[in-house]
Amino acid sequence: MKKLTLVLPILLAGALSAAPAHAAPLKVVATTQDLESLAKEVGGDKVQTDSLAKGYQDPHQVEPKPSFILKLHSADLLIVVGRELEIGWLPPLINQARNTQIQPGADRYLDASNFAHILEIPTGQITRAMGDVHPQGNPHYWLSPENGRRIAQGIQKKLSEISPADAGYFAQRYADFDKRLADAEKKWAAAMAPYKGAKIVTYHRSWPNFVETYGLNVVGYVEPKPGIPPSPSHTLELTQEMKKDNVKIIIIEPYFDSKTPNAIGRDSGAQVVTLAPSVGGAKGAPVSDYLQLFDYNVKTLVAAFQATGMKGGA
Amino acid sequence: MEVLVFHPIGAKSRGLLLAAALSIAAPALAQPPAAAAPQDPQAALQAQIEQLKQQLEALQQKVAALEAAGAQPPAAAVPATPPAGQPAGAPAAGVQVPAGAAGAGGPEGALPVYGNTSALSKIFNPDMAVIGNFIGAAGSNSVAPRPALRLDEAEMSFQAIVDPYARADFFLSASPEGLDVEEGFITFPTLPGGLLMKVGKLKAQFGKVNAMHSHVLPWVDEPLAMVNLLGGEEGLNDSGISVSKLILNPVMFLEATGEVYNGDNDLFKSYKRSDLAYVGRLRGYRDISESMNLDIGTSFAHGHNDAGPDDTTQVYGVDATLRYRPLQEALYKKAMLRTELFWSRREQPLGDAHAFGAYVSGEYQLTRRLFGGARYDFSDRAFDPTLNDKSGSLLLTYWPSEFSQVRGQYRHTRYAEGVSANEFLFQFLFSIGAHGAHVF
Repeated sequence: MKKLTLVLPILLAGALSAAPAHAAPLKVVATTQDLESLAKEVGGDKVQTDSLAKGYQDPHQVEPKPSFILKLHSADLLIVVGRELEIGWLPPLINQARNTQIQPGADRYLDASNFAHILEIPTGQITRAMGDVHPQGNPHYWLSPENGRRIAQGIQKKLSEISPADAGYFAQRYADFDKRLADAEKKWAAAMAPYKGAKIVTYHRSWPNFVETYGLNVVGYVEPKPGIPPSPSHTLELTQEMKKDNVKIIIIEPYFDSKTPNAIGRDSGAQVVTLAPSVGGAKGAPVSDYLQLFDYNVKTLVAAFQATGMKGGA
Repeated sequence: MEVLVFHPIGAKSRGLLLAAALSIAAPALAQPPAAAAPQDPQAALQAQIEQLKQQLEALQQKVAALEAAGAQPPAAAVPATPPAGQPAGAPAAGVQVPAGAAGAGGPEGALPVYGNTSALSKIFNPDMAVIGNFIGAAGSNSVAPRPALRLDEAEMSFQAIVDPYARADFFLSASPEGLDVEEGFITFPTLPGGLLMKVGKLKAQFGKVNAMHSHVLPWVDEPLAMVNLLGGEEGLNDSGISVSKLILNPVMFLEATGEVYNGDNDLFKSYKRSDLAYVGRLRGYRDISESMNLDIGTSFAHGHNDAGPDDTTQVYGVDATLRYRPLQEALYKKAMLRTELFWSRREQPLGDAHAFGAYVSGEYQLTRRLFGGARYDFSDRAFDPTLNDKSGSLLLTYWPSEFSQVRGQYRHTRYAEGVSANEFLFQFLFSIGAHGAHVF
């Protein structure tokens, strides 16, 4: 009798949750390859993932192609970066997707920034005189491993909600990812440790979470203001400051023209380093998942620090 | 006035009473106090006052703590890693959000307060933007002259989600002619059957240019065919209902749209209630590669015209757009080739008029902020196809930022009257307010 009371609810629960459409993998569409990679880590073969923007593309400037509407139309879950990163292109796509589930605020619309540690949230009156500022904080938050962990956890919870029968599977996948990430984090931290406090310059404000993680010191930007192309006077000023501060590294994203950073590098004696801002963001190098993204960036950056003979600073 | 219930279960120490009072500081008065009161009514009253004092102090401390947190954001320390397997909701709630980090270049100080007590209601205000469209013209044109300098339009947009089922968009156009609702419609994006419905005043989905607002056109002016065959500057813009559906297939994106309009606009005229206008469109799109895509469409419009109550006009259109934009260099490289063809059949007392018009236009990005363009267009006039206008244009567009644009257009037009016009048109476009979506 006791056995029956135990078995019956389990059978019932199994029958209720496993029954409908979820035999086929869940279709997860993420706006970027980073979020897609994290969804894949957690979802395994229970999900079929896709992304809209490519890693080597400026995620602010994506064209809202109708082919994206088709992807969104059949999505079981949409994961977005949020913080207005996709404001220029995603809203009309969702609007035309004819998919009730993934409308903003609906159950299958997951804003990954809700799980992340967000930096550079402006606190006063902001105007566009400051350039293309994001009023809700810097949206490039996926570039810290800790945020990757939190996002993966958020995705695990959401996938378990959608497909409770696979909750155990997702939890186990997350735990495995968490462990691999923790091991890798130690490795990355050790490799970057000698360069703590090192002064660098970046093109766009894509790296606050990354530099915070490894204690780098960003002393300037190639862009005079976010989203505003470099101007001659700003370039001159930056070059002089870099010489004064002995800055040897300029980090750029693969989608920016390297002409100006190269000129600054020549004049100031600094090396231009193209890092991958996203999974899939390095041409010719296999940056095909979230762990490889940091592997690549840490390796590339350490090589550059060594080549320039730079050391960490106060 | 709160009523406290005391259970006379014997005298307890004052310390216990205090502790109890403290422990219930927040949820406080809802639950009956655990400690009992002494029988003496005066002592009870004193205890009550003491308890209220404690609560007040606790609240004051809370307010002070909140104020301090608001004024001085916590340092940008990464919060401790949540243990694996902990539900994700928990870390989200514990996220510390530092304000403008050092070097952010962000603003400092307190947020501005606009209203007073009702300030929170602004959360539900729609996204608002105003776009100024200033057009100047030099040279001569005796057939269709433009003013030398004119703020052609100030377009105000208000956009928001209405409820879980719909969103609404309003575009009001203030021009020297007056204030007009350019568009104002509700969209139901989540109808059953994969349908998308819009109801209100709409720019009809006829071809490409007709559905565009003037500030997203790739030229200062509109092609002759739009003016001659589709009702001029406003184009097909009317009150009606639009329903569209995706036709899923493995080959391409395919969308069918059907629209019904009141039938009173620059092209059509409604004499009685049943004189509605109808618009249909089939649009296909396919990625040729990740950098190149083809967008094609065919459109149809039918309605009564101003020649007489029994006369109708039909317009057929075909459009094709080829775009090239390599993803990695998307900031610097873009090219677009577009053509639209229009056939008009207009019933008139003297017999049907069959007119044709078309344009071919190209756009090429020269640098991150500079675009070149060219257009050739020609069109018969809808009411008399023997009259034919032709024009050619060269364009240069400069983008200081995403929010402003300066454009120059040299245009040579040969009008049916035998008059030639050489003009230089220039335009300043500037946008303030909410960040709108890019046009595709």
